[in-house]
Amino acid sequence: MVRLNVNGRVREFDAEADTPLLWVLREQLGLTGTKYGCGIAQCGACTVHIDGAATRSCVRPVSTVQVTEKIVTIEGLSKSGSHPVQQAWAALDVPQCGFCQSGMIMAAAALLQSKRKPTDADIDAAMTNICRCGTYNRVRAAIKVAAGGGRVKGLPMAGTVPECAALGEHACVVVGEGRPADGDRSQS
Amino acid sequence: MSAPRPAEAVRPPGGSSKVAEPHLLVSAATELTRRQWLKSSALAGGGLMVAFHVPLAGAAEAQAAAPEINAWVVVQPDDTVVIRIARSEMGQGSLTGLAQLVAEELECDWNRVTTEYPTPGQNLARNRVWGSFSTGGSRGVRESHEYVRKGGAAARMMLVQAAAEAWGVPAAECAALSSTITHRPSGRKTTYGQVAAAAAKLTPPTDIALKDPKTWRLAGKPVKRLDTLDKLVGKQVYGMDLKLPGLLNAAIKDCPVFGGKLKSFDATAISQRPGIKKVVRVGDSAVAVVADTWWRAKTALDALPIEWDEGPNAQASSASVAEFLRAGLDADDAMAGNEAGDVRLGLAAADRVIEAVYSYPHQNHATMETMNATARWTPERCEVWTPTQNGEAALAATAEAAGLPPAQCEVYKLHLGGGFGRRGAVHDWVRQAVAIARELPGTPVKMIWSREEDMQHGRYHPVTQCKLRAGIDKDGQLNALHMRISGQSILAGVAPQSMRDGRDPVVFQGLNPPGPEASFGYTAIPNLRIDHAMRNPPVPVGFWRGVNLNQNTLYVECFMDEVAHALKQDPLALRRKLLAGSPKHLAVLDAVAGRVGWHKPAPSVGGQRVHRGLAVTMGFGSYVAACAEVSVNDEGELKIHRIVAATDCGYAVNPQQIAAQVEGSFAYGLSAALYGECTLKNGRIEQDNFHTYPVMKMEQMPQVETVIVASGGFWGGVGEPTIAVAAPAVLNAVFAATGQRIRDLPLRHHKLKKA
Repeated sequence: MVRLNVNGRVREFDAEADTPLLWVLREQLGLTGTKYGCGIAQCGACTVHIDGAATRSCVRPVSTVQVTEKIVTIEGLSKSGSHPVQQAWAALDVPQCGFCQSGMIMAAAALLQSKRKPTDADIDAAMTNICRCGTYNRVRAAIKVAAGGGRVKGLPMAGTVPECAALGEHACVVVGEGRPADGDRSQS
Repeated sequence: MSAPRPAEAVRPPGGSSKVAEPHLLVSAATELTRRQWLKSSALAGGGLMVAFHVPLAGAAEAQAAAPEINAWVVVQPDDTVVIRIARSEMGQGSLTGLAQLVAEELECDWNRVTTEYPTPGQNLARNRVWGSFSTGGSRGVRESHEYVRKGGAAARMMLVQAAAEAWGVPAAECAALSSTITHRPSGRKTTYGQVAAAAAKLTPPTDIALKDPKTWRLAGKPVKRLDTLDKLVGKQVYGMDLKLPGLLNAAIKDCPVFGGKLKSFDATAISQRPGIKKVVRVGDSAVAVVADTWWRAKTALDALPIEWDEGPNAQASSASVAEFLRAGLDADDAMAGNEAGDVRLGLAAADRVIEAVYSYPHQNHATMETMNATARWTPERCEVWTPTQNGEAALAATAEAAGLPPAQCEVYKLHLGGGFGRRGAVHDWVRQAVAIARELPGTPVKMIWSREEDMQHGRYHPVTQCKLRAGIDKDGQLNALHMRISGQSILAGVAPQSMRDGRDPVVFQGLNPPGPEASFGYTAIPNLRIDHAMRNPPVPVGFWRGVNLNQNTLYVECFMDEVAHALKQDPLALRRKLLAGSPKHLAVLDAVAGRVGWHKPAPSVGGQRVHRGLAVTMGFGSYVAACAEVSVNDEGELKIHRIVAATDCGYAVNPQQIAAQVEGSFAYGLSAALYGECTLKNGRIEQDNFHTYPVMKMEQMPQVETVIVASGGFWGGVGEPTIAVAAPAVLNAVFAATGQRIRDLPLRHHKLKKA
């Protein structure tokens, strides 16, 4: 019998000692927000927190995690998506397919826990998760928004929404007549 | 802002009140948790909350009879509007874009819009009322914009008509806005929800006028995606995450050598392991272990003694493939895709000939979510839950593998953890899942590929080589260009029925004669021949995001830079001259050149000189260009500082999502250019995970600035074209920085030296 403290609850279940934490989270505990991407700690889709540290759960045998250690998964990061990282992600519409984003968010939350104002180099070093859709620039921008604690009004259409320069001054510029010339950007 | 009611239940189009079948029920506890979460997060987040429903639904959740106004639009009594989306969402955002187009014409309250997928089986039963489900080739919006907008407009007309009839007034005196209908003379008002039931009984209009895009209020706006919030809290259910009562899990191994077969396996060796239910042969080349959990299935499979018959390709290697293709560069069996003037005479008369040979390697799609499908088979019915880019093709594959007519099968599409072309044309994984499920009738079985299986059984980006010869006349003008492509045909491997007289027209993407699709912009070259010698190595091929536009643009745009350099001409000036007859190509090129300030040197970054490279192309209906700014330091390390990219897709439905696609295109295209390569050894792909198939990460991602040149008048795609300019823009900048021409990828094989 394995005992783990997951998202504030102690859970008991059967699993072989060498089963990776990822698979007991997904299969025994039904917490499928943590993803399988590679199984060899390369992609970070399986990132969870163990006592606050970002951990790649796909290579962590369940037998090496003690019940005294607090595991937090994406489902337990906040009540209803209220963590500043999740809020920043929502504000900048970060995800595309979204499959890597649980891991990205968990890695970013752990980074901000250890460094309140991370530099670009800090972000590069901590955020080694793989995203094949290519959301990296928005992930970086959202980490900075979360670090600033600021709220972003509207979408990151820099150049047209001056209050958000998180993506860079001119991350997206729209010219031409294929759309209305002046858009109401307060649809959020 | 109010939160719309989550669309949790399965609402079969055409029978919205139908209660989900018992076997589709998910545990009540799970659904309750989900419902509670949705409620609380919608309140806390304050944003538009749309639950993208999973086709498993609880009966308790089944909606009250909700009138279907037409195939595209359902209006609930509480004014929630359900917009049906036939194309798959895989991150590209067209679910939101298509909903915007319907909602624009429907004049509904966007804050109360939710979406749902009709199933392929329903499409079949209703005479394909939703048209194509295919989600590839950047076609989601550009090939369905008209009929989805008409669907929205027709529904609006019926709702207005219903209100007018209830009031006994002419419909022409009524106006609709934000789900409210107003009788202008009297000021009376009603809502869509109140008249929906009556509207649903009306005869659909036949004369449907669409708005001029210049008057759009919602389409054309950078509204947020409808599918974000679930992805932030771990609630989005991908295929891999599906839960069903009694579900078993399967891991599979296919013969690692392409064309090889399964000879034998020893199931007794693993039968005592925990949780093992069955070991099954799958087709003639694979074996699967079925267990209670996937981890137990996977580890048992790893321990299973298997003998393969490696077949005729056991000796194939990347070297043998390269040699095979090289012979095609000068072969006589080439077919022309674009010809003007007389290239033979042009080259013969040339004062000098510039020649170069390029190549492009196999690439894996490497979607973050590996291939997976859940299947349940009985002698009467087969159901499949899977992430697919083409639900109808998945249904066809299901029916074939199940040995049942399509009418006795159904496919439930689940959100895709990446598609990029892997999950569209060939549903090999669906066939496998159904074959496994046939061994356990009545039991749902979820088959998940390991990353290793996914890497070694891809449908790879085609491998080609290209020899380019430019004839320069005595006045220093580019007078003739012969471009010979030798290599793999996607259609020959995936859709031989689409070949034309043994020729693959898709191989000329971006190189076609002038026209609306994938045309070659350099029409000012008087003597031109672009031809293809088909050489198909024993590696399964597929549509890989950007398809043949990727390597074709790389060849043309890098070679154009070589010619400019040889002629001592500015690369922008040479391109502008040769693109004189292609104004839309020229406009996007000018947009990036203008934005970077091409004629002034780029400012240094951190003491390193910054160099630029350009590329332009046309494909998937759109015109794109990019300028890359890079530096190479004393250690030969490349840094890509900034990319400026321009896209003319005609009408820009959601500029925010276009920008996201453009940014993502550089991550995908540059992953391939800098790192990506699948090599063949002993008939199998050597790379088996992300440590041997590295991809771009945060640290390498350049800043991307997107310029949307929405010139109007046409509908182009945005998911793919920009990928093609990523590599050549960077490689041309690398040349400017180092004087080194990189003609074969990936770049990581080359040692760069600062010039």
